[in-house]
Amino acid sequence: MSIIKGEKNNFDEEVLKSKEMVLVDFNADWCGPCRMLAPELEKLAEANDSLKIVSVNIDNEGDLATQYNVFSIPCLVLFKDGKEINRSVGFKSSDELEQFVGE
Amino acid sequence: MYDIIIIGAGPAGMTAAIYGRRALKNVLVVEAQTYGGQIINTLDIENFPSEMHISGFDFATKLYEQAKELGTNFVFEKCIAIKNKKNCKEVITSKGSYEGKSVILATGLVNRTLGLEKEKEFIGLGVSYCATCDGALYKNRDVAVVGGGNTALEDALYLSNIAKTVYLIHRRDTFRGDSLEVERLKEKENVKIVYNSVVTNILGNDHLERIELTDSEGATNEIEVSGLFIAIGKVPANDIFKDVVELDKDGYITAKEDCHTSEKGVFVAGDNRQKLLRQLVTATSDGAMAATEAIKYLRNLD
Repeated sequence: MSIIKGEKNNFDEEVLKSKEMVLVDFNADWCGPCRMLAPELEKLAEANDSLKIVSVNIDNEGDLATQYNVFSIPCLVLFKDGKEINRSVGFKSSDELEQFVGE
Repeated sequence: MYDIIIIGAGPAGMTAAIYGRRALKNVLVVEAQTYGGQIINTLDIENFPSEMHISGFDFATKLYEQAKELGTNFVFEKCIAIKNKKNCKEVITSKGSYEGKSVILATGLVNRTLGLEKEKEFIGLGVSYCATCDGALYKNRDVAVVGGGNTALEDALYLSNIAKTVYLIHRRDTFRGDSLEVERLKEKENVKIVYNSVVTNILGNDHLERIELTDSEGATNEIEVSGLFIAIGKVPANDIFKDVVELDKDGYITAKEDCHTSEKGVFVAGDNRQKLLRQLVTATSDGAMAATEAIKYLRNLD
């Protein structure tokens, strides 16, 4: 599944009300580890048709970052039925990402 | 069997790989996280010869692509130990083991920690070792910086433009860092310098909420902060090599400019070597030296 751009306006629809599990990636353009993570997330997206991935740029969406207590990026938050079920901070390889969403 | 196994894909390790490959040696790089090392957290590099401005990410990516293009093998596995074998060295990782005729240790430095309970648990949840990486997420929040060196002073100054209040906690009554920076900090209304105090407890439920400070008299008090930036330096993580190579009292691998360790066929490159200046340019310089010496060592084996 392709990666969706997450914003304040679509967060409810795309993440909280989603029927599927959603992986939200909080990131920024200036963050080195976030840029390292981006191709790994793309690999994960390609390999998992049923997983929805939403990318949130914290510079544009500061309120979302504050609301979800994002204190370091890259920060990955896994949502199911509108609730946070898992969280990870820092770079992860696509293999580690597979494990993270599979847990 | 590889000719050269390099542990660590930072600037030193990847430069060593380039030199090794240009001499047509069979090279493997073993890296625990991702390529780049510490430099990927640097927003703008301004002191690398020939580059006026380059981001740490772009620098690391260019270096990685160069090493790849030349035919370096990379595996992303954590090195757990190295062992001396009869005719080679064995590198044991989280996923397997590799044999090499020579090894270059280029594992760099890790953040020095306070060693407090919950410190590890709250990394990314209020505890940070990099103000320029995470500072932006503390807009209008109260934060604390721990440390007395230049990094702590720079971090406090940087954060004073983002956070509501910045407490700078220092265990002594004077700073060893730049005095100009100290004066600039004193002029900032939202910076409070707390002298003669150390952080003795990290508190909070699912993220950092408070820290406990203890002063030189032994009195404690708690302050409410959402962020704790720990800037007390970096240390080498050479413990896993200590049975094979000699370390100095601070944990650095003893080696001169030629990058030879106390063990034949094992070389060191970059920040984890005993040296006077730890910079990007000296790390890459070590990479070139260590690879060249490894190549010489291989020649003598034949």
